[in-house]
Amino acid sequence: MSKRVGLEASHAAAEAARMADVDVIAAYPITPQTHIPERLAEMVANGELNAAYIPVESEHSALSACLGAAAVGARTFTATAGQGLELMHEVVYVASSMRYPIVMTICNRALSAPLSVWGDHSDAMAVRDTGWIQVFCQNNQEAFDMTLWAFRVGEDSRVLFPVMVHFDGFHLSHVTEPVILPEQKEVDRFLPRFQYPFALNPDKPMTHGAFGPPDIYAEAKVAQEVAFRKSKGVIIQGFKEFGDIFGRYYHPVEPYKTEGARTLLLTMGSFSETAKIAIDTKKNKGESVGLINLRLWRPFPFEELRQAVKDAETLIVFDRCISFGGPGGPVSSEIRSALYNEKERPRGVSFVGGLGGRDMSVKDFEYVIDRGREIVEKGSEELFETVGIRGKVTGIRG
Amino acid sequence: MTEKRLKTGSDFTWKDMEVGNIVTEVGNASVRKTGDWRTKRPILDREKCTKCALCWIYCPDAAIKPSEEGYYESDLYYCKGCGICASICPAGAITMIEEEEK
Repeated sequence: MSKRVGLEASHAAAEAARMADVDVIAAYPITPQTHIPERLAEMVANGELNAAYIPVESEHSALSACLGAAAVGARTFTATAGQGLELMHEVVYVASSMRYPIVMTICNRALSAPLSVWGDHSDAMAVRDTGWIQVFCQNNQEAFDMTLWAFRVGEDSRVLFPVMVHFDGFHLSHVTEPVILPEQKEVDRFLPRFQYPFALNPDKPMTHGAFGPPDIYAEAKVAQEVAFRKSKGVIIQGFKEFGDIFGRYYHPVEPYKTEGARTLLLTMGSFSETAKIAIDTKKNKGESVGLINLRLWRPFPFEELRQAVKDAETLIVFDRCISFGGPGGPVSSEIRSALYNEKERPRGVSFVGGLGGRDMSVKDFEYVIDRGREIVEKGSEELFETVGIRGKVTGIRG
Repeated sequence: MTEKRLKTGSDFTWKDMEVGNIVTEVGNASVRKTGDWRTKRPILDREKCTKCALCWIYCPDAAIKPSEEGYYESDLYYCKGCGICASICPAGAITMIEEEEK
């Protein structure tokens, strides 16, 4: 029997790594991710999990240790956040380019300066182009589910890419919610033992991480890009297989009450749940609105996104990150690119908010929808607008 | 020494890349064409060569092979043209000439 327990997302992710029976964990504690390595260290020390726990001196070392473990075919897990992900950055590219299916949970945190341990998506956006499969979670159940799913998809022989599972620092990482934990035998059915086809082995020597001179590097990158995009099929199949066993079905792009809606709001992560309440409130007043929760961030689900927004007149995109000097938030910029060549597309409006742990309430999302529609009607001088900033914001122009 | 040659240049497409660019065979550096890195190439004067094999010993990358007649000559597919063989040759039998020269 599965059981329903109260868990913060950090402990839910640690529980998923335990049930996935990981072989190696190498992690360095950083707020707000600390509870993940802390809990896993405890599990290993108590004998609840038979794994090598490698305490390292930095995040750069954490992921480097994971590379070594993955190279010998170990099921490998790590977690970090904010500055830790930044310090890890160099190795993040290496993991995906060497095709090691490491799973890493990120408790999304703002980037310094000013120093902030609180949540936003700046850390995630800084690793957008690193070639990791990336998903965002709305709640603690999803933090558990996506972590388990990440091993299944990353390790698939047709994929062999590392996977990042993003969930919001504090808003999820430190908040207790009900989480349904499956039985171990269900997990084992979903996630068979990992057989890495190129595991280092003294009996069959091979070279991992050779260099690539100019006559090979470009071919290597194109091969990686083609394989990465192709992984979307397995990602979707993995969502279905997960649903068939555990009863919860996920999708790259998840519409909420969008049927016939003239105005759509698009959000990612835990704020989607708050935004859903704003949608409900507005729907109750008879307004024609709906929500898109973007789950799969990389590889970007172009077809699914176009399909989900094709009938809308207005698409409001909400970002928890600023792309300095750019067209708005990174999500907004991506959505606009996805729709640019479409003959019929909704008008796009961009908002940035929820930076560095600033809360976004239901009322704030109602404002975003109202103001978004107003911008479409009357226009705005700014490229994007902000939510909840004290003082009138001007000067965000092309 | 293996006579296998890897596909290079226009023969080699992105589809030939192994997953993760992993090299699945060991000791295969010499099957990869590095001869096109050279700016100078070693020329052996058989009249002067004493077959002492010092060039073979000193070559840092195993580009020199003994021939059937007992001479030691460079594998120009692999030789990067560093010139150590020419420097070490006690008989002055090896000279480095510009790649452009015939």
